[in-house]
Amino acid sequence: MSPDRRDAALLAPAPGEIRADLRLVASMIDAGARVLDVGCGDGELLYHLVHTKDVDGRGMELSQSGVNACVRHGLSVIQGDADHDLEAYPSGAFDYAVLSQTLPATRNPRRVVANLVRIGRRAIVSFPNFGHWRVRLDLLLRGRMPMSQLLSTPWYETPNIHLCTIRDFLALCDEDGIAIERSITLDGQGRPFTLNPAGGPANLLAAQGLFLLSRPAR
Amino acid sequence: MSLLVPSPPVVSPVTDRPGSSLVVKEAHVLDCGVTLGPTTIAYQTYGTLNADRSNAILICHALTGDQYVAEPHPVTGKPGWWETLVGPGKVLDTERYFLICANVLGGCMGSSGPSDINPATGGVWGLSFPVITIADMVREQKHLIDHLGIEQLFCVIGGSMGGMQVLQWATSYPDRVFAAVPIATAARHSAQNIAFHELGRQAIMADPNWCGGNYHESGVRPGRGLAVARMAAHITYLSEQALHRKFGRNLQDRRALTYGFDADFQVENYLRHQGITFVERFDANSYLYITRACDYFDLAAEHGGVLASAFTGTRTRFCVISFTSDWLYPTSESRSVVHALTVAAANVSFVEIETDKGHDAFLLEEPEFHATLRGFLDGCAQHRGLDHP
Repeated sequence: MSPDRRDAALLAPAPGEIRADLRLVASMIDAGARVLDVGCGDGELLYHLVHTKDVDGRGMELSQSGVNACVRHGLSVIQGDADHDLEAYPSGAFDYAVLSQTLPATRNPRRVVANLVRIGRRAIVSFPNFGHWRVRLDLLLRGRMPMSQLLSTPWYETPNIHLCTIRDFLALCDEDGIAIERSITLDGQGRPFTLNPAGGPANLLAAQGLFLLSRPAR
Repeated sequence: MSLLVPSPPVVSPVTDRPGSSLVVKEAHVLDCGVTLGPTTIAYQTYGTLNADRSNAILICHALTGDQYVAEPHPVTGKPGWWETLVGPGKVLDTERYFLICANVLGGCMGSSGPSDINPATGGVWGLSFPVITIADMVREQKHLIDHLGIEQLFCVIGGSMGGMQVLQWATSYPDRVFAAVPIATAARHSAQNIAFHELGRQAIMADPNWCGGNYHESGVRPGRGLAVARMAAHITYLSEQALHRKFGRNLQDRRALTYGFDADFQVENYLRHQGITFVERFDANSYLYITRACDYFDLAAEHGGVLASAFTGTRTRFCVISFTSDWLYPTSESRSVVHALTVAAANVSFVEIETDKGHDAFLLEEPEFHATLRGFLDGCAQHRGLDHP
């Protein structure tokens, strides 16, 4: 084995050992599906899907280091961002379009979500819930911009410019006629717990939300 | 010392060229409408073709490249132009893949070109050789691939003009290409690209020794013109940072300016050297024909002006690679190829490699580029069912 190849082997995540929330995303995806992962980072989810579910996976990632890491691991990934580069994809090109934890960092989240449900027959979207009680308490008691495991950067350097609560997101989907097929509430570690996402407690207790969406009927 | 680039000696053509050649007996109609043939394709191979002929990689060389990818050049003795990438255990692993590289149609290293004898007249073709295109080059290469009995190439790869051939292959013969790697290239030649080529051609034609293209018969060579063409082109292959890092304003073998037009600066000396050594191995008329082929390249034009249409329904896996400091074929050109592939829902990867080495980066030791390419090829090999050696 050459040194290069050994490096690649070390860097490659072992299938199965992925972040808890990504494992949930993966559980929503059928084997053999065509998947576009928008904001795929270093390819953790894609690599898992390609190697355990035999999906035809593609990715888009903003950071060059992320893209290069993906391609080094044999994944099909292009450099691009959700705001500008989703328009090019034909409608219905994928079974699933995934946007995990990147929604608040987009310039136009509404258009991004609309594009996701256009490109994919289904879209899977997860995001940190700004209505979580810790977030609320931070602002209420400390008077500081909230920081948590999911919102880990201070206000002056956070990429998150469009934060929302679970309720906000549900309202947007309702307004745009996007159907919510499944929703899961998660704690800070990405572990699921059972709560009706439309209810007040979910918006207070869930650190993040994960939604399976489908495009509006035309 | 001469102020001009010295005129190099007239070199007799290499007759004993290592490698193989194929004579294509049937005549073929070129894009310009002229029928040409029989033609000769000079090529080199490395590694071994496997039993089911599924491990072949076609390497397409750039404007001034040739088939001597991974061995000393028969004229200059210098290492092969892609030895950083091609060899046992390297990214283009000769123990795993069967690598093929053919001198392009119009070239001067054994494939049919303007310095050959025109059988109809018995004289050297010169400017009576028909103008060729990138598509003509690729059609010629397809004869070779057919001859080698390869139904589908595992990969077609190349940088610069080589990348144009890759794109042409992938659109002309999509079923014959499993994976395509166009590097530091574009789907069309820009006005700036054409302008630089025209500068080079004018330099050649302005050399009195060019003799209207009939220099072979006059026993002279337009060495100065060709050297100037090379010098101008060479600047476009480098970045401002790379030139500065390498030479700065350093003086050449002297402590002070000479207040004359001798090569005071190292960069001048370097360019002159590039010009002179190029002339030893390259034919001026070939330079005219091959630069013209690049200028005429416009993949979208073949498909109603819509680049995406060129890739409709393609099943080829693409890996598009560009370099940050390449201003000759900038990342924006690669991006439009990626955009078109995306619209066509093709399987595409795209990486832009951070480097200050300019366009030439694809020929140089660039670890990130090599690691990315290795990952892409490994992934493709897995899908193609190629075993690791």
